[in-house]
Amino acid sequence: MIIPAQYFLILSAVLFFIGVFGFFTRRNLVSLLISTELMLNAVDINFAVFNAYCHPQLLEGYVFALFGIGIAAAETAVAIAIIINVYRNIHSIHIKKLRELKH
Amino acid sequence: MEFTILILALPLLSFLVLALAGKYMPHKVAGAAGTASLAVVALLSYTAAALYFGAGRGADGTFATLMPCNISWLPLGTLNIDMGILLDPISVMMLIVISTVSLMVHIYSLGYMKGEKGFQRYYAFLSLFTFSMLGLVVATNIFQMYIFWELVGVSSYLLIGFYYTKPAAIAASKKAFIVTRFADLFFLIGILIYGYYTQTFTFTPTETALAGAATLLPLALGLMFVGGAGKSAMFPLHIWLPDAMEGPTPVSALIHAATMVVAGVYLVARMFPLFITYAPEVLHIVAYVGAFTALYAAVVACVQTDIKRVLAFSTISQIAFMMVALGVCTSANPNEGGLGYMASMFHLFTHAMFKGLLFLGAGAIIHAVHSNEKIHMGGLRRYMPITHITFLIACLAIAGIPPFSGFFSKDEILVACYHFSRPMGLFMSFVAALTAFYMFRLYYLIFWGKSYYEEQLALYNAGKCSKAPHKPHEAPATMTAPLIILAVISCVAGFIPFGHFVSSNGTEYSIHINKAVATTSVVFALIAIFIATIMYKGGYSRLTRGINRNLRGLMGAAYNRFYIDDIWIFVTKKIIFNCISKPIAWFDKKIIDGSLDKLASGTQRLASLIRPLQSGNVQSYSVWFLSGAIILILILIYFA
Repeated sequence: MIIPAQYFLILSAVLFFIGVFGFFTRRNLVSLLISTELMLNAVDINFAVFNAYCHPQLLEGYVFALFGIGIAAAETAVAIAIIINVYRNIHSIHIKKLRELKH
Repeated sequence: MEFTILILALPLLSFLVLALAGKYMPHKVAGAAGTASLAVVALLSYTAAALYFGAGRGADGTFATLMPCNISWLPLGTLNIDMGILLDPISVMMLIVISTVSLMVHIYSLGYMKGEKGFQRYYAFLSLFTFSMLGLVVATNIFQMYIFWELVGVSSYLLIGFYYTKPAAIAASKKAFIVTRFADLFFLIGILIYGYYTQTFTFTPTETALAGAATLLPLALGLMFVGGAGKSAMFPLHIWLPDAMEGPTPVSALIHAATMVVAGVYLVARMFPLFITYAPEVLHIVAYVGAFTALYAAVVACVQTDIKRVLAFSTISQIAFMMVALGVCTSANPNEGGLGYMASMFHLFTHAMFKGLLFLGAGAIIHAVHSNEKIHMGGLRRYMPITHITFLIACLAIAGIPPFSGFFSKDEILVACYHFSRPMGLFMSFVAALTAFYMFRLYYLIFWGKSYYEEQLALYNAGKCSKAPHKPHEAPATMTAPLIILAVISCVAGFIPFGHFVSSNGTEYSIHINKAVATTSVVFALIAIFIATIMYKGGYSRLTRGINRNLRGLMGAAYNRFYIDDIWIFVTKKIIFNCISKPIAWFDKKIIDGSLDKLASGTQRLASLIRPLQSGNVQSYSVWFLSGAIILILILIYFA
């Protein structure tokens, strides 16, 4: 049987808004990072689903999903490095203490 | 003739050097530097004059107009503002006058200003003034003239206010600057009208341009004359000149007697070909303004007690004579109605010499008695023989007694006036007689009568006065030498065949004394001198006191200069300040400033309103970002 596309899209939407909710409400930098990953993965699912259902003969969507995973990995690496540096500087990764951007 | 550029460059250079490095120079070096550069300028001017007049007349019987250099200084599309040097008979004549008097004043100041604080600054300003004045007379176009015109105004302001710790000097310098500047506003408007309609700033627009501008030329020339009237102290813009005497006396001799104040006359003479062809009626207004000023200033001069004020009013009166001479011209031909032009320039030349001499003489007297008031003088002829003789020569010259120079030039002016109309001639003859009267009144009160020094000495010896009076002494050689030189020039200048060099249309005109006019004016002058002798030779005689008593009202009014200054104060303070300036100030403060203030405070309030948005909190940024994105998407969905 073929699972209807809506199911996947609902999943990805739910996943995305969980990410958004986490990004808005969490105060810990690592949690924020995880939330970002959730949002990115929701996007990847969308790429794969639209490719499979709309243009099964093409591969662009899958390729973009792969790019997305690669980018997410790279971004995680950079973000972790930043978080570590932040911790070294202010001995905290609580977001309320990060107000340097104001200036 | 390219070397003439040096005539301008040298005083400018000496101004820069003295102004920038003068502080580090001893007084003697600074004075010598300024004087030496002026001596070279004078020599160059004489050479230029010799070469120019030596070159002879062209085919049309006039001296050629030379332009050794002329650069386009400010190109404005079709209109260009040029800077350059123009040599023609009157500018060359002015070069001689300015450099001679300026050199004399430079030498004289070595003695007069000796030991004065700011000696170097004084010489720097003198150089600046000389530069500006020379630039004014050799201007190739009206705009260059205007630029230098303002420069002489500035240097005059600086020199009047030279004793800047004296409140009177500061007030006088401001008054001079504001009054002349006010007049210059009209001059500028005149220049702009002239430039706009004739498409050029030069003195000789093309015939077609002139034909197109003919209706507006009288207006433009009239406005230019207002500027000239301000600089030349014509009634009612004369009020600054008597106060300008607060400056050092040699400055009064140079700027406020011989050179700057005749700039207005020079301006009218410069524009004379246009005046006579396109605006003869304006020229006649010049004549009437001049005639009234001449009488007014002469009457006021008769009762002043400050010797420099007398000389100042006498200057106003004599400049008015020059203006009248220009104004009574009815044609460009010197043989039929254009004589006044030559007479005016001739009088300008001789007047510069003898009035410079009078002021320098007055400076020597003030130097000797330390006062400007006549009451502190009297009987000085025994103490200051050289000053006495030279002063007497100058008085005879200004009174128009032959064979001194003033006789010849004034005679030509009177001839021109009689040619214009008989009442004008008689009127000016009367003013000329008045001139002789007040000059000899001044002369007798200074040099004859009871000596103030001897009276004080007697009081001191009798024990009635605690302080020994200061004994008057003859001035040092640096001061008497210029007096002697100028006195010699005043004696012989009348014999210069002036009409050979300068005339209204450039052709040769030989001066001939009109016997009837000359006899009348000499008789008038002699009578006036005779009256002055009776009244003032022995100090204030009983007769004089009686006359003074009977004419108290008139004398008081004349002493207060007929309240013209008070009228000006009333007009400016009560009318202009209250009715025009105050509403404008209110409009400026409340409406213009107010609206801008509101704009600024509104921006500030808005800023403080939206400032919390930039919290530095990444999460709130992202909330705003997301809500914005959602709103945009909703809009897109709704409209697409």
